[in-house]
Amino acid sequence: MTLTQRYRFIYKPLVFIACLAPLAWLACGAFGWFGVSLGADPVKELEHEAGKTALNLLLLTLAVTPVRELTSQPQLLRLRRMLGLFAFFYVVVHFTIYLVLDLELNFRTLGADIAKRPYITIGFTALLLLIPLAVTSTNGMMRRLGRRWQTLHRLVYVIAVLGVWHFYWQVKRDVREPLLYAGILAVLLGYRVLRAIARRRTAAARAAHPAPARPAAPVTSTPRVGPSLRPSESD
Amino acid sequence: MSTRVPRIAPSEITPAEIYFSRRALLAGALASSASALLPAAEAPQAQGAALSYTANPQYSVKESPNKYEEIAGYNNFYEFGTDKDDPSHNAHTLRTRPWSVTVSGEAEVRGTFDLDDLLKGLTLEERVYRFRCVEAWSMVIPWVGFPLSSLLARFKPTSRAKYVEFTTLYDPRQMPGQRVSVLNWPYVEGLRIDEAMHPLTLMVVGLYGRVLPNQDGAPLRLIVPWKYGFKGIKSIVKIGFTSVQPRTAWNVAAPNEYGFYANVNPQVDHPRWSQATERRIGAPFLAARRPTLPFNGYAEQVSSLYQGMDLRRYF
Repeated sequence: MTLTQRYRFIYKPLVFIACLAPLAWLACGAFGWFGVSLGADPVKELEHEAGKTALNLLLLTLAVTPVRELTSQPQLLRLRRMLGLFAFFYVVVHFTIYLVLDLELNFRTLGADIAKRPYITIGFTALLLLIPLAVTSTNGMMRRLGRRWQTLHRLVYVIAVLGVWHFYWQVKRDVREPLLYAGILAVLLGYRVLRAIARRRTAAARAAHPAPARPAAPVTSTPRVGPSLRPSESD
Repeated sequence: MSTRVPRIAPSEITPAEIYFSRRALLAGALASSASALLPAAEAPQAQGAALSYTANPQYSVKESPNKYEEIAGYNNFYEFGTDKDDPSHNAHTLRTRPWSVTVSGEAEVRGTFDLDDLLKGLTLEERVYRFRCVEAWSMVIPWVGFPLSSLLARFKPTSRAKYVEFTTLYDPRQMPGQRVSVLNWPYVEGLRIDEAMHPLTLMVVGLYGRVLPNQDGAPLRLIVPWKYGFKGIKSIVKIGFTSVQPRTAWNVAAPNEYGFYANVNPQVDHPRWSQATERRIGAPFLAARRPTLPFNGYAEQVSSLYQGMDLRRYF
């Protein structure tokens, strides 16, 4: 079995099923299947669990690049789109539960909440920002957008910050859990910052010590600059 | 005088049965010569033990009460953890007897009293009150207790007593949540003296006709039905009469979010969420949200306490 086949027939289906597990759990809780109980306030539980699943998947999506680079498993990239799309899916589920089960379709309250409650404003902003990313996630769109695709998809950093902030702001007092999320996000984003700095240094070093210009210099002394030093195209 | 009666887990109690048989239990208790011979101090103390009380329909709402599991399984009692189901899992470590209450400050009668001595001669009554949490959910709860005024009167507060301050037990061994400084322990709450003496203000020792479960604030808690739930301080060990406004736990933690008064008010939003509506716990999907009433529906009885006050400023 080739690597591509293993991803197509084994890894991707497994990740797909794993990503659906939280939804199955929410459904069991909502309908009382298999004795799953969501406690006295099932609406809040559904709302929070869907939101947290979305955040978990968003952080997992952001973890793909560091993990694949640190473990030299570049093929992990093949799972990233699915994780990102599931993150979007759970954000939509979270919003739908909030609008239908929590607000009971009171659109006036929805408008007031989005306008007046900063934590809802930023949460809703994150949802809106995710839409273009989901829409442009297809191979066709990636080809069509070319370099601009990567620039556009850097929005996910902003979205993740808004998402964790949204979590932090709605907690009444015990902020330990949102702070844990913020810490993980800081590591994931910090990795990218450090990597960018390291690359800039490498580039600067290359500029300061350019390949010998003297035509007489033997070709063998040229420093090796190969594809391995080019910025990764992964994100 | 601690009892050896085993604790009864909420799961072992069938709420519907309790609810529908509580009057029969009461009648049985009154009729039983054995219980009639027991002095009040010998009242059952174990969690879930039946209490002797009379229903007070004058102070009860007509709405149907929440289930026992909801009231005893969905709690904000940070001393036992910050999740709603933490208290029901963790509060078994609290020992509610022997229990003493220290009375201090601007009162003629001060000192430390055994709770059972304090309860002697007080008549327990059941009142079905609306309960509105500051987090915009609500319940209807059949409390068993007595008016706070009847207890406070025994201490003969002086004319300098303008406020009453209550303090929860501080004991991180019994209350594991106190090992985390989520709030500035111990929990402190307070009322203006006229609020404390108001006939609606209740000291609670029971729920659904039985001894209060630990997670709901046993052995002694406050209920002020026109205020947000966090004013209802639990597991009280101190009562102080003061001339200055007490520094209450949530007000100290976030003064812009939680005021001293904390009267239920649909016009004054929490900075982060609306207080205009609430979701009734236990109501069916899509039929749980209802408008929040001024003073939680008790405006007729209590709005005169706040005449001339700017309720936006004194939230």
